[in-house]
Amino acid sequence: MTKNPERIEGQEAVGALRIPHIDQGAKPKETSRLTATHWELFAAFSRISLSSFGGAIFWARRELVERRRWLAEREFVDIFTLGQLLPGPNVLNLTVIVGHRFAGWSGALAAVAGFLGWPCLVVIGMGMLYQRYGALPNVQHALAGMSSVAAGLLLATVIKLASVLPRHWRPWLFGLVAFAGVGIMRWPLFWVIGALAPGAIFFAWKERD
Amino acid sequence: MDNIDLLGLFLHFLLLWFLAIGGPSTIFPGVHRYIVDVHHLLTNAQFAELYTVAQVAPGPNAMYVTLIGWHLAGWKGVIATTIPLLVPALTLTLLVGHLNERYPNAPIARAVRRGLMPITIGLVFASATILMRTVNHNGYGYLITFVTAAVVLRKSWNPLWLFAGGALVGLVGLV
Repeated sequence: MTKNPERIEGQEAVGALRIPHIDQGAKPKETSRLTATHWELFAAFSRISLSSFGGAIFWARRELVERRRWLAEREFVDIFTLGQLLPGPNVLNLTVIVGHRFAGWSGALAAVAGFLGWPCLVVIGMGMLYQRYGALPNVQHALAGMSSVAAGLLLATVIKLASVLPRHWRPWLFGLVAFAGVGIMRWPLFWVIGALAPGAIFFAWKERD
Repeated sequence: MDNIDLLGLFLHFLLLWFLAIGGPSTIFPGVHRYIVDVHHLLTNAQFAELYTVAQVAPGPNAMYVTLIGWHLAGWKGVIATTIPLLVPALTLTLLVGHLNERYPNAPIARAVRRGLMPITIGLVFASATILMRTVNHNGYGYLITFVTAAVVLRKSWNPLWLFAGGALVGLVGLV
């Protein structure tokens, strides 16, 4: 992992999507490891997914940067930002990239198996419990209260995300139209994204510095 | 339960996950629309309950689709809803990850990043409001939602405590 200055500048440029819990000032490690076995990848990502209640990113950083020292701080931020921009769960994208970097295609699969296998089983177990006890009045009441909490978590997430938007009318307009189309008019997602994305990318391209 | 079009479900989820730029919350409205509004596979209340149950489980929040699949059609349903979630990660992410390591400063990459970000945020906001309207039936429900959001923005408590609090308020019979 040699680091030329240009590359580091590029990473600074994506700082808009800064993640909490990451000490941006930390010194990058001199070297990071180049290989990990499939078993190590599976074990590391199992640990991350089983400890991550309410968001995996905090635990992913702890395991990959602090505990195993597979990635330097900056590399982690870089990979996570990329994962956020690609479709799908962002930590899953990070899992794939890290697995692939250390052990190729099969490494990516080993990491994904660790990251999604356990939650899949847990969730199915919970599904069985729900089918059996979900109709009980007490369970119904508790679930109703918890559902309101789940909505609050999502609301907080979007407020945090919106705080990184530039103070300029155009991005806010695109955001607002996307919200109104899907959230109020209830139009299909595919058409809303398809209609807005080309324009949004075009303006961002024209405005590039 | 036998007449669910699992192939249709699979294909629709596959399309949705390729649109999930910025994370699973982006496509929450799409999943809700398909399952509840268009195909009536679940009621609004069932959808909200399954979503909530999955949020309490460890792992990525997106696993609620796995739970919905299980509830609808057992193991076949799990496959129909969960495999689509993996496909973009194992194709597009690997490809783009590779290109990005080669050309980290490509201007087109920056334009895509900057252009799509506000749309993503608008869609997550749509998800939040749809979920809010789905789960809350009275003022107390909305109060829990807003208090939760305020706490999360100020404190870094483990969300499980908030869920426990919500469950208690629910058991008292307020929501």
